[in-house]
Amino acid sequence: MTWSAAARGAHQPDNTAFTQQRLPAWQPLLSASIALPLFFCAGLAFIGLGLGLFYSSNGIKELEYDYTGTAGPGGCSACALADRGRAPPPPCWCAWHFSLPELFPGPVYLYYELTNFYQNNRRYSVSRDDAQLSGLPSALRHPANECAPYQRRASGLPIAPCGAIANSLFNDSFSLWHQRRAGGPYVEVPLDRTGIAWWTDCHVKFRNPPPVNGSLALAFHGTAPPPNWPRPVYALSPDPNNTGFVNQDFVVWMRTAALPTFRKLYARIRQGNYSAGLPRGSYAVNITYNYPVRAFGGRKLVVLSNISWMGGKNPFLGIAYLAVGSLCILVGFVMLVVYIRYQDQNDEDEDEE
Amino acid sequence: MTEFLRWARYHWQRLTGGTNRDDDERPYNYSSLLACGGKTSQTPKVAGRHRVVVPHLRPFKDEYEKFSGTYVNNRIRTTKYTLLNFVPRNLFEQFHRAANLYFLFLAVLNWVPLVEAFQKEITMLPLVVVLTIIAIKDGLEDYRKYKIDKQINNLVTKVYSRKEKKYVDQCWKDVAVGDFIRLSCNEVIPADMVLLFSTDPDKICHIETSGLDGESNLKQRQVVRGYAEQDSEVDPEKFSSKIECESPNNDLSRFRGYLEHSNKERVGLSKENLLLRGCTIRNTEAVVGIVVYAGHETKAMLNNSGPRYKRSKLERRANTDVLWCVLLLFVMCLTGALGHGIWLSKYENIIFFNIPEPDGHVISPVLAGFYMFWTMIILLQLGQIYFIQSDVDFYNEKMDSTVQCRALNITEDLGQIQYLFSDKTGTLTENKMVFRRCSVAGFDYCHEENARRLDSYQEAVSEDEDSADTPSGPVSTTARPRAPSCRTVPNGPLGSKPWSPLGGSGEGASEVPRSRQAAFSSPMETDVVPDTRLLDKFSQITPQLFTPLEEPVPNPPLEILYIVDFFIALAICNTVVVSAPNQPRQKIGLSSLSGMPIKSLEEIKNLFQRLSVRRSSSPSLASGKEPTSGVPNAFVSRLSLFSRMKLASPVEEEASPTSESPQGSSGTSPCPTEVARPNGDPGLMGGQVGPCPGQPSAAPLCYEAESPDEAALVYAARAYRCTLQSRSPEQLVVDFAALGPLTFQLLHILPFDSVRKRMSVVVRHPLSNQVVVYTKGADSVIMELLSVASPDGASREKQQMIIREKTQKHLDDYARRGLRTLCIAKKVMSDTEYEEWLRNHFLAETSIDHREELLLESAMRLENKLTLLGATGIEDRLQEGVPESIEALQRAGIKIWMLTGDKQETAVNIAYACKLLEPDDKLFILNTQSKDACEMLMSTILKELREKNPASNVRTSVSEGLPQPPATQGSGLRAGLIITGKTLEFALQESLQGPFLELTACCQAVICCRATPLQKSEVVKLVRSHLRVMTLAIGDGANDVSMIQVADVGIGISGQEGMQAVMASDFAISQFKHLGKLLLVHGHWCYARLANMILYFFYKNVAYVNLLFWYQFFCGFSGTSMTDYWVLILFNLLFTSAPPVIYGVLEKDVSAETLMQLPELYKRGQKSEAYLPLTFWITLLDAFYQSLVCFFMPYYTYQGSDIDIFTFGNPLNTAALFIIILHLVIESKSLTWIHMLVIVGSILSYLVFALVFGAMCVTCNPPSNPYWIMQEHMLDPVFYLVCVLTTCVALLPRFIYRVLQGSLFPSPVLRAQHLDRLTPEERTEALKKWSRAGTTGQVTAQYADHPAAKSEKRATPGPSAAFARMPAPSRAVERRSVSVHETVLDSDFCEKKISGMPGPSKG
Repeated sequence: MTWSAAARGAHQPDNTAFTQQRLPAWQPLLSASIALPLFFCAGLAFIGLGLGLFYSSNGIKELEYDYTGTAGPGGCSACALADRGRAPPPPCWCAWHFSLPELFPGPVYLYYELTNFYQNNRRYSVSRDDAQLSGLPSALRHPANECAPYQRRASGLPIAPCGAIANSLFNDSFSLWHQRRAGGPYVEVPLDRTGIAWWTDCHVKFRNPPPVNGSLALAFHGTAPPPNWPRPVYALSPDPNNTGFVNQDFVVWMRTAALPTFRKLYARIRQGNYSAGLPRGSYAVNITYNYPVRAFGGRKLVVLSNISWMGGKNPFLGIAYLAVGSLCILVGFVMLVVYIRYQDQNDEDEDEE
Repeated sequence: MTEFLRWARYHWQRLTGGTNRDDDERPYNYSSLLACGGKTSQTPKVAGRHRVVVPHLRPFKDEYEKFSGTYVNNRIRTTKYTLLNFVPRNLFEQFHRAANLYFLFLAVLNWVPLVEAFQKEITMLPLVVVLTIIAIKDGLEDYRKYKIDKQINNLVTKVYSRKEKKYVDQCWKDVAVGDFIRLSCNEVIPADMVLLFSTDPDKICHIETSGLDGESNLKQRQVVRGYAEQDSEVDPEKFSSKIECESPNNDLSRFRGYLEHSNKERVGLSKENLLLRGCTIRNTEAVVGIVVYAGHETKAMLNNSGPRYKRSKLERRANTDVLWCVLLLFVMCLTGALGHGIWLSKYENIIFFNIPEPDGHVISPVLAGFYMFWTMIILLQLGQIYFIQSDVDFYNEKMDSTVQCRALNITEDLGQIQYLFSDKTGTLTENKMVFRRCSVAGFDYCHEENARRLDSYQEAVSEDEDSADTPSGPVSTTARPRAPSCRTVPNGPLGSKPWSPLGGSGEGASEVPRSRQAAFSSPMETDVVPDTRLLDKFSQITPQLFTPLEEPVPNPPLEILYIVDFFIALAICNTVVVSAPNQPRQKIGLSSLSGMPIKSLEEIKNLFQRLSVRRSSSPSLASGKEPTSGVPNAFVSRLSLFSRMKLASPVEEEASPTSESPQGSSGTSPCPTEVARPNGDPGLMGGQVGPCPGQPSAAPLCYEAESPDEAALVYAARAYRCTLQSRSPEQLVVDFAALGPLTFQLLHILPFDSVRKRMSVVVRHPLSNQVVVYTKGADSVIMELLSVASPDGASREKQQMIIREKTQKHLDDYARRGLRTLCIAKKVMSDTEYEEWLRNHFLAETSIDHREELLLESAMRLENKLTLLGATGIEDRLQEGVPESIEALQRAGIKIWMLTGDKQETAVNIAYACKLLEPDDKLFILNTQSKDACEMLMSTILKELREKNPASNVRTSVSEGLPQPPATQGSGLRAGLIITGKTLEFALQESLQGPFLELTACCQAVICCRATPLQKSEVVKLVRSHLRVMTLAIGDGANDVSMIQVADVGIGISGQEGMQAVMASDFAISQFKHLGKLLLVHGHWCYARLANMILYFFYKNVAYVNLLFWYQFFCGFSGTSMTDYWVLILFNLLFTSAPPVIYGVLEKDVSAETLMQLPELYKRGQKSEAYLPLTFWITLLDAFYQSLVCFFMPYYTYQGSDIDIFTFGNPLNTAALFIIILHLVIESKSLTWIHMLVIVGSILSYLVFALVFGAMCVTCNPPSNPYWIMQEHMLDPVFYLVCVLTTCVALLPRFIYRVLQGSLFPSPVLRAQHLDRLTPEERTEALKKWSRAGTTGQVTAQYADHPAAKSEKRATPGPSAAFARMPAPSRAVERRSVSVHETVLDSDFCEKKISGMPGPSKG
């Protein structure tokens, strides 16, 4: 039962560096001597970066006001009380008064912040229909199943925009008033409500359905607004470029927040006299209090902030860089000790031999 | 199609066969002949079942259908799958893996609408892909097996066809039970068959069973009684008998049945009548047999236990760790479920961001948790722990030349071998006995040229290059076959070539020996270069020395006489069969010319050539027809033959293979004997002694011996031109160059047996006309039988004494060199003495009671007062590099067992030669006849070992269930255990397994001799299952197949003995020496790579999945993922898969050279150091840490900002990618440009994908939306800052650990890495330092451990201690005496055990 193999040489493997596993290789032998300079360099670089980050974060000014109404002098507590119990809460107004001793350098952004609001809840965050929001007429009539139970009204009409996210659209509104002198009249600060969403969002991702006879309302004919909405989607704003699905408030809201405490941009202050920032003086933020948050123990805040190259105020990154940089330097010193002692040991070994 | 149908039929028959057979056979009462056999050693399948075989021919058609129609035909199928069952069966096999099953469960779960998380298709995708790839791999493997099966099935054999009234060619697969098959010499037997006819005049047939049991000597089979008397070939047409025999079983050494003639006369059948599948017909021109077992029912096939699904240790470990991960996941999910429940319970009412179920109910927390669980699981699935396995499978090592990887999924096991089981013959040795040295009359002839010649015999050289390159030139002018299946094809000019003088160059170079043709006749074995000194002495030999015998001869000629006698003894004191090399079946001198019908043109040609040679040399063909004298001789020889045949009971055969005399009976055919065919150079006839007399005659002779030693000696004698020309039962013709042809009248042969350890021939010397006894035997035995008082006066006596002493010295020297030693002695008897002995011997032979003892006594009477002639040293050549490999493997901490079918002496000899045993090892020999004795002996040895070595014993006790007996290397006492097959049987029984293993654990090396194939596999199984160690079995023959299959790793040597071992193996190598590199280098690498890779996969997945887990704390445990799921899938499938694979394939922690030089590094793998549970958990911990960092760094950075879900996920993902890849870089020990390419490629592919996907995917996959996120981030410096910081912080601990490890406490592997960087000179220096440090460390430790035991041992060396420390020269002798003692001890062990007789080791 012997089968003679084919001629010798046919089976001989190639004698290449690859097949014989002799490829030239860099062998990183990690030892203190190599790591030493690495740690010092990295440490110094991190500390430098950390200092920069820390100072730029410190340079950012932020003003925030909790207008949930659980406590505090403002009129919002009344609204909060009124909010309790009734499903469609009655409209309520309150205000936040504050004064700036000096210029609040621009550009100033007005945010609202919600806490304990789980926009990232799985069931909630999938409850939308991107196809519908991109203006696809068929999707307008036939919202995706993910939208359920906000897919269709009881009457059978499709909801546009469908889904829980749209239904829970934040509907408090703010206006900022400036009082130049004490006792003087309040001047409304112009709020730019257009540049608050990603450009790509409101120009590519979110599109209105093609208007019928030039009318957006007709395009939405045969659909119903979400149950919580007092008015249809095409009436969100009088500005024709900012209404319907491309309404920037709506677009911002639809970009679901990653964490239960989140801010969303409400407006930018960059027009007229306020392009350089908010001059000193007294200010009032008039709030239309609609949005119920007490049911889930959340709070509502209004925030005025400016930003730097690294975004909003957050000292964490700077501190972290500083800490890690220091740690690296420390480890570097440990390595130095190790290196010296190890070297000694080596020499001893050599001597012994 | 027909093939398929037949196949289907075959399987259907296999299915239904059992019941059918029952129905058919029940009416027959069979017990009378078959059941009387008594106990069976290995219980065959079903005792009592039997089969009836009738000829598979037309007249018996009905009967045939009735009896044999359902028997399996000769087609074999070793494949696992068929086209039909491939898919289900392969799936079944694959789901042995826990991970596969688990993923299947998940995939199925996803089809349940309630828990459907992602699209069904996506979840199925990875599973399907991996299963498909593995299935393809399995399919290809199976296809290869199928092709080989087909090749075997389509071999051609001659089957009798009634239609054509002759034997026609048929494929093996078409052979059926009941077929008549005619086989020629050198053909392989296609199925088990009963021998009905042999062309051999003695009605015997020789078969070579190396394919079955590894023994390469010839075995003899006899024609069934009743047919033996017929001279004509058996005619299948007239065959009307019926054969009944036992059902197929796997017992190779047993066959029972009877043949019933039509007249109801019964003839018993035994294993002597059975030709086994896979064996080769040798030495017999043609045989005819009837098939009784075919195909899978043959004994050879039944001895192959089926293939086993092998899973590597690492895989098994990984499987359990997969379960751990599942558990971890469950914990995480439980956390999620509880968390979600708690989170929900905080709210009294339905809240608007929690969506009520369609029917208005809020989903229950548990269900929500399940959602979460489900999401996580799918992420883990996409995480592909899976890839571990597929990578193990993909993973194909580039092995060294001619190494075949046949099983791809256990490569890493090569790095963890703890026990190695090796076959001896053909694996360690070349299976070639080579005459090395001899000592005649006290002078050592060391045959330096011969040694040089042997050294130059590199295997490759002798195979590939012209033999003209070898210094000796061709001696054997045998014709070489072209194809191994038929040896009779002459490959070139036959006849004699002019014999070149000693050291002659390429003159007369004839055919290159290409393959082994007859047993023990490779040129290396047959060519012996004579020693020049001895040749000088040969030149003094003249016929005159003998003729005037009474003349006072001076002293020097006495030595010459010794030399003559010595070589005559070498030539005739054996049972070698002489045959012409081109037609080995023909026994020269008997019936080769006259008795044999001329078959073919080719043979006529050969014949003519032979005749033409003779015509020139021999004056008459028919000279000396009758032996000159010896009226009683023929009678005696026949008588002795008779006695031998009677003696040939199975037990006897096992003990001594040589008891089967190949001479056969010649009584029935008084053939014309052709004596004294003096051929060779005519010039020599004239008595002219050439300048170099040490040349054999150029006669094309071939010796077929039963044991390779005999052949080696005969060939050696031939080299001195003392050529055994022919042998018949009555006489021997020796062509002694200087003396002319000598015809010895063969008076008697006392065959070899293991009790006497010697054999003798009694001949009448043609020159002196005296009765001379030539004895050849183990040195220890012969030395005791030498004559004390010589009749030839004081001077001779003195000389004998001197010769004895000198020879003893030489013997010790030989033994030290690992040679097998034999002593040659002679004795001259007077006719009266001989006749007296003969009378007694005749009485002994004819006595019925105590015949064996009487015969032994009789032999003792003959073999005494011997005159020592000299000694020989024969080498069973070890394969190249074997001792070095074994030494290295032992240094690597591998315990090596040698399992061999050979006899004890040979095995021990080889063990010494290959350094398995060291000269000062202490040997324990287990050779008992009963279980109780075995038990006693074991406990005695154990006790002794415990005394010697208390420390190691505590640790090695098996009862504690320590999975890994520590290497006793450091403990100072090295011990070797030798156990014989019979005793092994006891030891393998349940009750003795414990002590046996305990015993073996204390021993460095274990040698099992006379082990059957099944025992071999049982030993492996025992060690494997009880000690829970990694085992490796290596072998080359079919007898090793079951062992190879049972072991964790089976290695086949693609050597001389066919391909069965290779087919069954996981790896096939060409030589034993490659094993070293395979284990030490590739094994180490594979293990290190794979262990690290598996750890890495666990790490990777845990780290990545944990990112999601941490996010659950911030999304109400609702199971949201912050990453688009395409990215999730591709993250594991694409972006981070290639680097680990490249790492797993190319990682090289230490260079091959260093690994070979420092076998100690292998121990890391044995202890599974790279993948300990601790390592696993530390890795998981690190993964946890890294995921924490990777999540919370971005979390705190983006806390309270307006970041959205998927934008938040983006830096997380990116940082995770960098962490995971750089982690690998830190762990890598070597980085090539391929690594770099793949790493850079992976990162780029991720970024490109993210950018493209972000640009293209506006509304795709609804829940998530990555649109333009990456683009936004690429412009955001914070993104970069976060990623850099996260990556650094996450990797810092591991980096620091690795740095400190490299500097403060480097592992041996790390230190070895440093060696690779040194210059060659520094390297050798460092290596020396290393090994010195290693040994001193060991020594000090060992002295510290048991100083008491040491000093005690030194102070009071007991008998066994003395034995253990005995210097090597005396050791060899001692060993032999030990074995004698032990046999004696066995017989009366029962009596002695009461008195607390210590083990034979003290003998």
